[in-house]
Amino acid sequence: MKSRKVELLVGVFVALTIAAGLMLALKVADQSMSSSEDTYILYAKFDNIGGLKVRSAVKVGGVTVGRVDDITLSNSDFTPVVTMSISSEFDQFPETSSVSILTSGLLGEQYIGFQPGFAIDGIENLAEGDYIEDTKSALVLEDLIGQFLFSSNDG
Amino acid sequence: MNWLMNLGANTLNRLEMFGRATLMLFGAIIAKPQPLKLIPLTIKQIYVVGVQSLLIVVVSGLFIGMVMALQGYTILVGYGAEGSLGPMVALSLLRELGPVVTALLFAGRAGSALTAEIGLMKATEQLSSLEMMAVDPLRRVIAPRLWAGIISMPMLALIFSAVGILGGHLVGVDWLGVDSGSYWSIMQSTVDWNKDVVNGIIKSIVFAFVITWIATFKGYDSIPTSEGISKATTETVVFSSLAVLGLDFIMTALMFGIE
Repeated sequence: MKSRKVELLVGVFVALTIAAGLMLALKVADQSMSSSEDTYILYAKFDNIGGLKVRSAVKVGGVTVGRVDDITLSNSDFTPVVTMSISSEFDQFPETSSVSILTSGLLGEQYIGFQPGFAIDGIENLAEGDYIEDTKSALVLEDLIGQFLFSSNDG
Repeated sequence: MNWLMNLGANTLNRLEMFGRATLMLFGAIIAKPQPLKLIPLTIKQIYVVGVQSLLIVVVSGLFIGMVMALQGYTILVGYGAEGSLGPMVALSLLRELGPVVTALLFAGRAGSALTAEIGLMKATEQLSSLEMMAVDPLRRVIAPRLWAGIISMPMLALIFSAVGILGGHLVGVDWLGVDSGSYWSIMQSTVDWNKDVVNGIIKSIVFAFVITWIATFKGYDSIPTSEGISKATTETVVFSSLAVLGLDFIMTALMFGIE
C-alpha cells in the first residue's frame, strides 16, 4: 500500500513536469509555428540594416509571413544581404515587390515590411532564391538628426 | 618550510578526496548496472528527493515570477514598454533563475537530507552491515539516490519556470493590467526553444549532477560521528551552492556570451 502511494505521487510529479514542458514548448516558445512550415528563400540587399536581427519578422501589412534567416555582408560590394524564409502559403508576390526595414513603435524591435508590387502581364512571381531589387534601408536616428541640423543651418 | 609542507599536504588531501569521489561515482553508476533492482529503488528516491521538494519549488517559483513582474513593470512602464514584461519574465526564468534558484533550493532541501541520511547510515554501521551481507552499498544505497537527484532536479526546474511565468502573468496581467495578448505573443516571438529552453534544461542537468554527486559523496565520506555528520551536511550545502553559482557563470558565458 505504501509503495503504491509512492508510485502514484511520482506519477503525478512526472505528469506535472510533462505539463510544464508542454506549456513552455507551446505557449512560451511557440515551437509549432517556427519549424514545421514549408518555406521558400528570398534575398534582399540593403545599404544599412540598422538593428535587424536573425528571427526578426517579415510582415505584409502587419501580418507576419516569414522570418529573417540569416544576415551576412556581401563580399563584392560590401552591403548587407538579408536572407528571408517566407511561408510557402504566400508564393504569389510579383517581382516588383519592395522591402523596407521598419520599427514597431518608438522603442520596439525592427522588422522587414514587405510591400507587394503590381502584377501586370510579363511580370513574374518571386521564386526561391530571387533577389528583391527595390529596398529601403533602416532609418538611423543619428543620420536623421544630422540632416535636420544641416538643413536648419542653411535656412 | 612548514608553510610549504602544509600547502603540499592540503593539495594532496584535496586530490585524494577528488579521487575517492570519482571512484564512488564510477562504482555507483558505471560498474555493472542492474536495472531491474535499480529502478524500483530509484522511484522510491525520486519520491523522497523530487516529490517532497515540489511544494517549496512551486511556491518559490510562483513568488519569484510575481515579484519579477512587479519590479519589471515599474521600470518598463516608464518607457511605455510594459508589453515587454512577458519576455523579460520568461527569459530570466528560463535562462537563469529557473535552473539556479531550483538548484540552490534543491541543495538545501534535498542535498543536505541525502548527506545526513547516508552519513548516519555510515555512523550506525548500516553500510558495513550491507557489505557483510555481500550487498554493495554503492549500488544499493548510493546509485538510486544519484539517479533520483539527476532525474528529478531538471524536472523541478522546468516546473519552477512554468509556474514562475504563470505567476508573472498573475501579477502583470491580472493585477497591473498589461495586455494578456501582448504578454504571450511578444514572449512567443522572443523565446527560442533551442536557445533558451533547451540551454536552461542543460544547465539544470549539470547542476543536478554536481549537487547529488557532492551530497552523496559528502555523506559516504563523512567522519562517522555526530560532529562529522553535521560538518558534512554543512559542507554539502556550501560546496554545492558555490559550485552551482560558479558553473552557472561559465555555462552562461559559453551559451549566451558570444552572439
